[in-house]
Amino acid sequence: MKPAAFEYLSPTSIEEAVQALTDPDDGDTKVLAGGQSLVPLLSLRLAQPARIVDINRIPGLGEITESGGVLTIGTLVRQRSAEHSDVVRRACPLMAEALPHIGHTAIRNRGTVGGSIAHADPAAELPTVAACLDAELVARGPRGERVIPAAEFFTGFFTTALAEDEILTAVRIRSAAPGTGAAYEEVSRRHGDFAMAGVAAVVRLDGDVVAEARIAISGVDLVPVRAGKAEAALVGRVVDEPTLVAAAEAGVADLHPSADLHGSAPYRKHLAGVLIRKAVRTAAQRARESR
Amino acid sequence: MNNGNTTREITLTVNGRKRTVTIEVRRTLADFLREDLGLTATHLGCEHGVCGACTVIVDGATERSCTQLAVQADGREVTTVEGLNGPNGELHPVQEALRDHHSFQCGFCTPGFVMAIHGMVEEKKAGRPSPCSRAEIREELSGNICRCTGYQSIIDGAEAALAAGAGKES
Ligand SMILES: Cc1cc2nc3c(=O)[nH]c(=O)nc-3n(C[C@H](O)[C@H](O)[C@H](O)COP(=O)(O)OP(=O)(O)OC[C@H]3O[C@@H](n4cnc5c(N)ncnc54)[C@H](O)[C@@H]3O)c2cc1C
Ligand code: FES
Ligand code: FES
Repeated sequence: MKPAAFEYLSPTSIEEAVQALTDPDDGDTKVLAGGQSLVPLLSLRLAQPARIVDINRIPGLGEITESGGVLTIGTLVRQRSAEHSDVVRRACPLMAEALPHIGHTAIRNRGTVGGSIAHADPAAELPTVAACLDAELVARGPRGERVIPAAEFFTGFFTTALAEDEILTAVRIRSAAPGTGAAYEEVSRRHGDFAMAGVAAVVRLDGDVVAEARIAISGVDLVPVRAGKAEAALVGRVVDEPTLVAAAEAGVADLHPSADLHGSAPYRKHLAGVLIRKAVRTAAQRARESR
Repeated sequence: MNNGNTTREITLTVNGRKRTVTIEVRRTLADFLREDLGLTATHLGCEHGVCGACTVIVDGATERSCTQLAVQADGREVTTVEGLNGPNGELHPVQEALRDHHSFQCGFCTPGFVMAIHGMVEEKKAGRPSPCSRAEIREELSGNICRCTGYQSIIDGAEAALAAGAGKES
């Protein structure tokens, strides 16, 4: 048997699930969503929780809704369903473009939107999208519901602000405003592999001038990082090549990526700069076309 | 029901046949299919989601059987390569297309490719967005690894299977 023994609970309500996580227990408890990250960790015995709380049987966590200019994606929405959702495509084109970069179809058929965000891999697409758009992460725990801004959610390498007994229930994102363009660019060694670096960019234009810019970078730090200096270098300017170069330089100045098998630190930094230029250029182009 | 135990009784449908079994909750779906049901056409390569050899169809969509627990398949419908054959062992049209295009050598990866391509054909039949061009097929099949063929013949087979568009219901 590959995974170490654990106790398996499949609650059918969120209250029951929170209870199962709260119950005193000798070892770790783990929430199981799509399992595309957790089950491999179990099989490799890198994770050996005493109890698994499978949230897949809880109704109501798999809906996509939009109201009052806010897109709400239930935590259990499969990545593939979000990718095919007209609502997501319209209200959050950035996420729609990022989703197909995740693994492969069979992975996305099972992997969930919330699971990817809760897993908080710094190279993953959806945490980067959440950081870029200042998404709100809705969590339920024994003390009720709380809403965590993305800027406070990703606290470290594969680590989030969620407490052990909290369940992420939904992701809330402000619907894309008119005159906005978005783009997601990344480089990975093969399609479906985790990216060496990726950039999510959103640009809102006022005439030809940038009114608002949002840029987040994956794969260059312990968490997805917002490139505040690159954003500042764009606001109030026309998106031309010199501006793009200046923004990219500002955006990577403070990065200290680590090296691995797939790329050296300077290479990743270079890549981040190239991707900032590419993503912002495309986002600005799309903002122009959207008018 | 059996909440809290390390074994559980589940009921699922595998290749059209409904079964009620008691299993250890830590068993993966892949190991359940291979070892408990003897359905060894589903192959295990990497056992962590990367190679695609263990791809099966669950409730109409392709999924990895190594990255889910068998207990999670309770109430669901699973199709493996064994479930594609006709009553007298006839090959499924996707298998015929792959055979006709010499899409395999050692055959280790083949069950995963058959299921992935079958999934694409079914998506196309259901009118969902599905790959058409060679480049799209290539991208769609990037989740399946083959160490023998060099892929060209597999893409040929997939293209033929998708063009034939169909295959029988399964
Ligand atoms: C071959 C392969 C390639 C992949 N490539 C990529 C890629 O390119 N980009 C990418 O982003 N991902 C990739 N993934 C990972 C995949 O996207 C996972 O789906 C995702 O990381 C986790 O989502 P999940 O629903 O499968 O969560 P699970 O695996 O079920 O859970 C992951 C972690 O999050 C926790 N968790 C999940 N849901 C909740 C919740 N609602 N509340 C609290 N905690 C929760 C779990 O306890 C666990 O610790 C890949 C996976 C594989 C197998
Ligand atoms: S064995 Fe499941 S993907 Fe490799
Ligand atoms: S035919 Fe040998 S691995 Fe594909």
